[in-house]
Amino acid sequence: MTSSLDRDRRLFLAGAAGLAADVMLSGCGRVAASREGQTAFEAANEMSYAVQRAVMGSKALAPEFALSDLSPDFRANGSIDPKDPAYKALAAAKFASWSMPVTGLVEEPRSFTLADLKALPARSQITRHDCVEGWSCIGQWKGPTLSSVLDLVAPKSEARYVVFHCFDQLGADQTEGNPDLDESNTLDGPPPKFYGSIDMADAVHPQTILAYEMNGEPLSIAHGAPLRLRLERQLGYKMNKYIRSIELVDSFKAIGGGKGGYWEDLGYDWYAGI
Amino acid sequence: MTDLMAAQARHPAPKRVLIHRHSAWVRVTHWIWVVCLTLLLMSGLQIFNAYPALNFGQATTFNQGVLIIGTDDTGTRGVTTLLGHDFDTTGVLGLSQGSEGPTPRAFPSWATLPGNQDLATGRRWHFLLAWILVLNGFVYVVSGILSRHIVRDLLPRPGEFKLIPRDILDHLRLRFHQGEAARQYNVLQKISYAVVLFVILPVLVLAGFEMSPGLDAAFPWLREIFGGRQSARTVHFMMATLLVLFVIVHVVMVLLSGVFNHLRGMITGYYAIEEETP
Repeated sequence: MTSSLDRDRRLFLAGAAGLAADVMLSGCGRVAASREGQTAFEAANEMSYAVQRAVMGSKALAPEFALSDLSPDFRANGSIDPKDPAYKALAAAKFASWSMPVTGLVEEPRSFTLADLKALPARSQITRHDCVEGWSCIGQWKGPTLSSVLDLVAPKSEARYVVFHCFDQLGADQTEGNPDLDESNTLDGPPPKFYGSIDMADAVHPQTILAYEMNGEPLSIAHGAPLRLRLERQLGYKMNKYIRSIELVDSFKAIGGGKGGYWEDLGYDWYAGI
Repeated sequence: MTDLMAAQARHPAPKRVLIHRHSAWVRVTHWIWVVCLTLLLMSGLQIFNAYPALNFGQATTFNQGVLIIGTDDTGTRGVTTLLGHDFDTTGVLGLSQGSEGPTPRAFPSWATLPGNQDLATGRRWHFLLAWILVLNGFVYVVSGILSRHIVRDLLPRPGEFKLIPRDILDHLRLRFHQGEAARQYNVLQKISYAVVLFVILPVLVLAGFEMSPGLDAAFPWLREIFGGRQSARTVHFMMATLLVLFVIVHVVMVLLSGVFNHLRGMITGYYAIEEETP
């Protein structure tokens, strides 16, 4: 039944399919690197942001769990031991002299010590930490809501984002002792300090807290001591650890690489509710 | 089209006629499915590689699960653990050839988008394409309802179910419908297309929603359905696997039953059948 013409046609078709796959994949690389490709990616992320905000509103809560659900081995990711000398000194003194300035577009800038934060009403929540890599761990977190801290500094009406400046320097902290990775670091000068940003709607969400306790213990260094952000409706890479200071801004274009955070500057989307 | 029809008319012997089989809506959405699903699969494998294991439940159970792709202790063999059974998958899963020799990675470079390990770009592709997939699905369903394509061509009629055993035998013997019977999808085709469109794809998309911490907060019923983010991740992967199996069978059937006729049908809309003599 099968003529040699049919066979030739099939071989041609298989060859064409292989070629099409090659063209498609090299084309994908060019699209991803092009300005139009970047614009499309950003548009998709903004669409996800707009639609998710519309369907969840400002009050929808992330699921909360029972003590029996706690993950036995909560994975620590990203920086787990900052090398910054100032941080080392603070850690050696159990963060007794740590104090976090809250500045920027606020009427009453001020600094908070750990004692100040512990004097505020605390929220305790058992939530699932969703990592961008795909895994999830359940932990218990305790600390004041970010909104209660912001109330004390009175944000100005033009404040649109809360920026967290941190002690960790992920590139340096992760690649120490690994010359291969150090050489592949194409950034000029030392790797950037870790930072991140969230919008005001997330900042005042009832589950957005500044946690100083995890699973009933003071926050460990691996998990971000002395203070980390919990932002339960987004992925873990938005939840900055080792917070040094907080700044309210109307735009994050002038900070770091201009994309709103350490990970965002490396190509991750600013909105991580997806 | 007229040239083709004229050519057909000059060769009346087998009495082939071209019928208009696929509407423009079906053809355009079909090829968008092809591109989207291919790239979604490849960017999905890129994302999977960032944590190449699956388990059921809300949280991750490290080092145990229904599927784990990794290497052995020496790092020289790729090992895939499926339901507790180890398989040596060196060269493809767990350990495969990279630009600098054998590299530990779950899915190999040729299967992922981008080819190198780049979770950020993989995610950006995945979510851009996911939007296109959802919009394409919406266009397909609305046009399919308005044109009655879904009811007329896809949903099996009650009387058709008794044809299933015969259809299975016909498929196994590679005996495909000819003549008038080829004007319609056979019952196995109808069932497989309907299951893909109305079961597998919706479950796959909803499982994707449940993996999103934002949508998990917005729609608490998602976690009732799936039982949590890690379950949803596993279901998402299973649905993708079923889609890959569907595509393999679909392409094999097309290749076996007249690839050029089918391709012309899905590109121009016109499909040749042999008309039975009156």
